Order: sequence, then structure tokens, then C-alpha cells
Amino acid sequence: MRKQNANISMAATLRKFEDLKNEKFNEEDQITVTSEEQIQVERSVQEIFRSFRLRCDIDSNLPKLLRWEHIQALKHWLTFLPPGYKSLDASRTWICYWILHSLSLLEVKLSDDLKDSLVDFLKRCQCSDGGFGGGPGQMAHTATTYAAVCALCIIGTQKAYDAINRDKLQQFLCDVKTEDGAFCMHRGGEIDIRGVYCALAVATLTNISTEKLFEGTAEWVISCQTYEGGFSGCPGLEAHGGYAFCGLASLLLLNKGHLCDVDALLRWIVNKQMKFEGGFQGRTNKLVDGCYSFWQGGAFPLIHSLLAQENKEPKWLLFDQGALQEYILICCQYPAGGLLDKPGRPRDIYHTCYALSGLSIAQHSIDGEKLILGSPENKLAKTHPIYNIGPDYVLRAGSYYSKLDIPGNEPSFL
Amino acid sequence: MGDSSSDDENAWVFYKDRPEWKDVDPVPQDDGNADIAAIRYTAKFKDVYDYFRAVLTKQEKSERALQLTKDAAELNPANYTVWQFRRDILKALNKDLYEELEYSQHIIDEHPKNYQVWHHRRVLVEWLKDASKELHLTELILNDDAKNYHAWQHRQWAIKTFNLFENELAYVDQLIQDDIRNNSAWNQRYFVINNTSGFTCEVLKSEIKYTLEKIKIAKENESAWNYLRGLLLHDKEGLSKNETVTNYCEELYSSGNRSPFLLAFLVDMCDEQVSQGGGDMRYTLERAEELCNSLANQYDKIRTKYWQYMAEKIKNKAEGKSEPSPPSDDS
Repeated sequence: MRKQNANISMAATLRKFEDLKNEKFNEEDQITVTSEEQIQVERSVQEIFRSFRLRCDIDSNLPKLLRWEHIQALKHWLTFLPPGYKSLDASRTWICYWILHSLSLLEVKLSDDLKDSLVDFLKRCQCSDGGFGGGPGQMAHTATTYAAVCALCIIGTQKAYDAINRDKLQQFLCDVKTEDGAFCMHRGGEIDIRGVYCALAVATLTNISTEKLFEGTAEWVISCQTYEGGFSGCPGLEAHGGYAFCGLASLLLLNKGHLCDVDALLRWIVNKQMKFEGGFQGRTNKLVDGCYSFWQGGAFPLIHSLLAQENKEPKWLLFDQGALQEYILICCQYPAGGLLDKPGRPRDIYHTCYALSGLSIAQHSIDGEKLILGSPENKLAKTHPIYNIGPDYVLRAGSYYSKLDIPGNEPSFL
Repeated sequence: MGDSSSDDENAWVFYKDRPEWKDVDPVPQDDGNADIAAIRYTAKFKDVYDYFRAVLTKQEKSERALQLTKDAAELNPANYTVWQFRRDILKALNKDLYEELEYSQHIIDEHPKNYQVWHHRRVLVEWLKDASKELHLTELILNDDAKNYHAWQHRQWAIKTFNLFENELAYVDQLIQDDIRNNSAWNQRYFVINNTSGFTCEVLKSEIKYTLEKIKIAKENESAWNYLRGLLLHDKEGLSKNETVTNYCEELYSSGNRSPFLLAFLVDMCDEQVSQGGGDMRYTLERAEELCNSLANQYDKIRTKYWQYMAEKIKNKAEGKSEPSPPSDDS
């Protein structure tokens, strides 16, 4: 019944420029830092929308995804990063993941040689006591481990799958687990909800998950849901888009989504979409940022599946998919390739990955229906909303690792 | 992050040229041959990290290694391995941790949005069991950016661990006065009350009064409305039975105000009334529908799909159906 819609593609329409005037921030005579910054962003976005409208009159194909430019920039970054990137020297597995995932969204195939080189490099980032560091010789870290495992699953060759020492990886996760069910980012490192998400993502992808390993974890995650409805990095803190994604995706991986207050989460997250800009903010009364296109946007398919479990399945994803595509395509593309946070900011690999991931989420409705703003050529490949790698890569990793035994390490505090 | 930068290499003496390091063989990074995610390091960066890898491999916990970790951390404060090894050395050499605390303040000041420097600070405070400087430090950082997540995280941890709640509500008050839309401050307000008095009847009453006064000042301030909802989570009667709140909302609505957050609040009141049953169900339902329609079509158009979903959800609930209407493509 639903399958027949798999190839339906609908064109999203641009919001009317004249109507957008009514969507601007209402300062209510209370000038504060928050309102000043917000109004400044709206001004720069309005300027871009205005000049875009003029170009649109000449070229009806707009807005256009700068596919070629993004691919060139990404391929360049994969092997060459200028010295300014030294601040990401402890995040090089992230760089691999961000680029590989972006390229896969852009439907670029990698050569076998390149795949081998990537596996070779990622193996050098693997630690003898399990997990992956941000670069060769660095300590294992749950986030850089998530990035490395995702990158290897995208590469998807036998060599890539076999590169992961699953027994040691499980040992690493046991070592960083805390007594209250959370996970440290590294041995001796900080604790926050990213640790839980990264641990669950890699454990489920590589089939090393055990009940003991995640005992108490769902309860800890639930304690991070705030009065606003979103999730925070640690209990007590402010609801935040990145952490909310980690919390929600973790609960789904634990099959315990029903434990959270879905209605409150939904209420909070729909309100994070900016009525003028169309993109998402990360927190209440903060500014729009292209990366939340995924962190917030990606939560919608997850919420959708939770509501479906409760028999409250909505007819569609509950955010304005067209408006998000407007923000990403019109405001976040750097002309020479790569995407960015907001107009005036430099492009970078992180924002390229998450703005493209968000664009993919916005283009692909439920039931395989598509909603593409601009030319149909803007269409990106799908992403798996829990892991944020292509759904096929998740399936293939699953079928490979499911044939292997689950190692038997246990958290060390037990 | 810029695409280029240069470390100040003018006055810099490379480790490879330092006589006191003659006994150490630098360890180059084991990158393979393929140039994957290859950063073009400056000569200084490469030099410092070649020697850092050497001391890390040897686990040399010495004064000179301690100094080296400082150079490495300054080149890339996000290198968690460097900070972890620095802590190992501090412990092994039994160093003066107050000196390190001072250094960490300086580096937090330079990199206030970095996970590692805040974690370093936290470990030092844990070791010293002295959080006397933490409120001041976080205030300095929040002066520059009142929503810095790391600063709030550190502050909450210090307050909770060392019971420093005493003046926090006054601080929060000040921040909300400075910027009524500072959501981090509103969140901190909740944190303080939740961990001290709790939301007793009296506290609820005074907090509701406080919040409604703030809503009067800026009716489209989501932070205050969210806080109000947070308060009512603790009202056993729910969202729609608190007279102060319902009267305020109805008056505001009657006065012609159409803040989307006001309308949204009224929708949720209707939703709750429908769930609880009783009252004039038909009226409640009509009202919910009308509110959702005006939000979807006029006052909150970016959330049209959400308001349509809410209207339908409330309607289905009223009709006692567990089954929602079929997905769009079935019709």
C-alpha cells in the first residue's frame, strides 16, 4: 500500500517573500542581547533572501544544490587540510566520517584504492586497549570511536569490517561506563549524553551490545529530559539540540523510547524551527545554525516512529521541510563548495556534513515520499536517522557482524 | 576556524634544538603513506607533538614533560590525550594544584567553548576539594557569553557538589533582569529550586507570580512560557486548573494578544481538559480547533503541520478513538 509511493517526488514551494515580513522577531520594546543578535541574523538572512528572489526571476531552477562544488571541496579536504585545521588534530576520524558521509549523501562512489587507504589510516587510530582515538597514537575516545566505526561502515568492505577489534572495543566501552549507567568520553574523561549515544551506536552497529553493558543507561538518559521537553548533556542542564538527538536516538536504540515524554519533546523541538530563517536553533532563544538541520531535523523521523508506536502516527514529518531546505540551500552554501552555520560564517567540514544530513532528512518524507525544493537534481541520498549513515550501510554492517559472536566483557565496576 | 594560521615561530626554540632534550628521540606521527585527513602542520606543531609522543610512549612523568604538555595543549587545547597525560604528571610529581588551577583559568578564558579545558578544571577542583573560585570563574565567562553551555555545566556541578546554592537565585534574577530571554538563566532558576526548596505549594505560587510578571513584559518570550509549563508540571491539578494562570491567559487573550506561545498554552489546556473529561466538551473541542487553525494559518505558520496534528489528536481523543485517521497517502 505504501510501497507504491516510493518514487513519488513532490516539488516544495518557496515561502512567499512578502509574507515573511510578518515572521520576523517581535522585540516588544525589550531590547536585550538575545533580541539584538536575533535581529541582526534576520537582517543578514533577509538580505540573502532578497537577492535570491531577484536571481530566481531569471533562473527558475533555483535554489540549486552546488553538488559539484561540494564534492570538489570534500575530496580536497579528504587529503589536504591547511594548518588552521590543527584544532581538529584530535578529531581526524571525525573528519573522515564527516567527509565520507557527505560524499555518500552526494552519491559519490569511492575507488577501491581510496577505501583501502582510509581503512589503513583508521586502523592506525585504533588503540591497543580498544576503541579509536582522534588520530594515531591518541587515547580512545567514545566520540572519535563513533566516527571511526561509522566511517568504516560507510566504506563497507571486508577489510573495513575486520579492522574493528570488537572484543577490545567492548572492553573499552565497559571501561568508560559509569555506575549510574552513563559513559565517559575517555578513560578519565568527562561524562555526558554524547558518550551514551556513541557507545550505543557503535555497540549496536558491530553487534557487541549486551544487556549488562547498558544496564541503567535508559534511566540515566531519561534523567536528562528537561522541563522544556528536550534533553540536556547532563541532568539539570538546559535542553539542547545536539544532546536531545543523542538522548532520543539512544532511547530508540535501547528500545525504550516510551519512557520519555514524547509530547513534551515534540512541543519543544517544533518550536526550535525559526519562523523567519526556516532553519533550526539548538536551544530556546538562541540563533539559527545549519548543523541543527540534522540534530533537530533528524529527530523528527525518530519522533514519528515513537508516535506510530503509540498509535498516534502523524500524516507527515512535523516540521516545515520546505522552509528548512530554503535555509540550507539559500543561506548555508559557500559558493566554492562546503556549507556553513549561518551567513557570514566560514564554511567547515562539520557544518557541511550536518547541513547536508539535514537537507536529506528534509527531502525524504516518511513512506519514501520526497519533497524536493528546487530542481529534482537537488535530491540527496537518504540517511539513517539514528546512526546518520546511509540506511544500506547499517543493514550491511548488521548482516556482517550478526554472524560473529558477541564478546563477553563486563563493566569493570561490577 | 580559519583555513590558514601560523604559530608564532620567531622566538621559538624547537625541542629538537634544545640541549636538555638531546636524550629523547622524537616520535613522528604514524600516519601511513596515504595522506588521509592530513593536516599540514606547522614546523612548531610537528616538533612539539613529535616530542609529546615520545614522552607519552615512555610515560616520562617529569618537569620537562609537564612543560611540554603545556606547549602541546596551547597548540591544540582540544587534544584530550595531552590533558589526560598532564593530569597523570601533575599527580605523579605531586605538583601544586593551586598553580595549575590558575593556569586553567587562563586557558579557559582563551578557549571558553572547549570541553577539555573545563574538564581539566573540574578534575583539579575535585582533587583540591575546593570550589571557592568556581562561581567567580563561571561568572567571568558568563559575563562575555551568558549562555555558554560549558560554563553552566561547570557551575551546576560545583554548586551541587559543594552545596553553593545560597546566592544562586539572586544571581539568576540578575541575569534574567539583564536579558529576559536568557534561557540558560531560566533553566538555572529551575535547577536551583528543584535542588533546594523544591516546588512546594508556596514556591509554586510565588514562582508563577514571578513568571507571569515576566510574561507581561515580553509576551512572545518562549523562555518564560516554557518555565511556566515547567512549574505546572509540579501542580497536581495539571496545566489547566491553576486559576492564577488560567485567568491571566484568558485576560491576555481577551485583550487581543495573539502571542503564539499564549495560543499554544491555551491549546494544551484544552488538550488536558479533553483528556480529563468533564466540562463542556463540545465547547472545549471547538475552541481547540479554532486555536489550532489560527496558529496553523496565521500566527505560527512555520508549525502548520504540528498544529494540524494537534487539532486532529485532540479531536480523536475527544471521540474516544485510539485509532487516528489514516495516513494521507491512503485516502
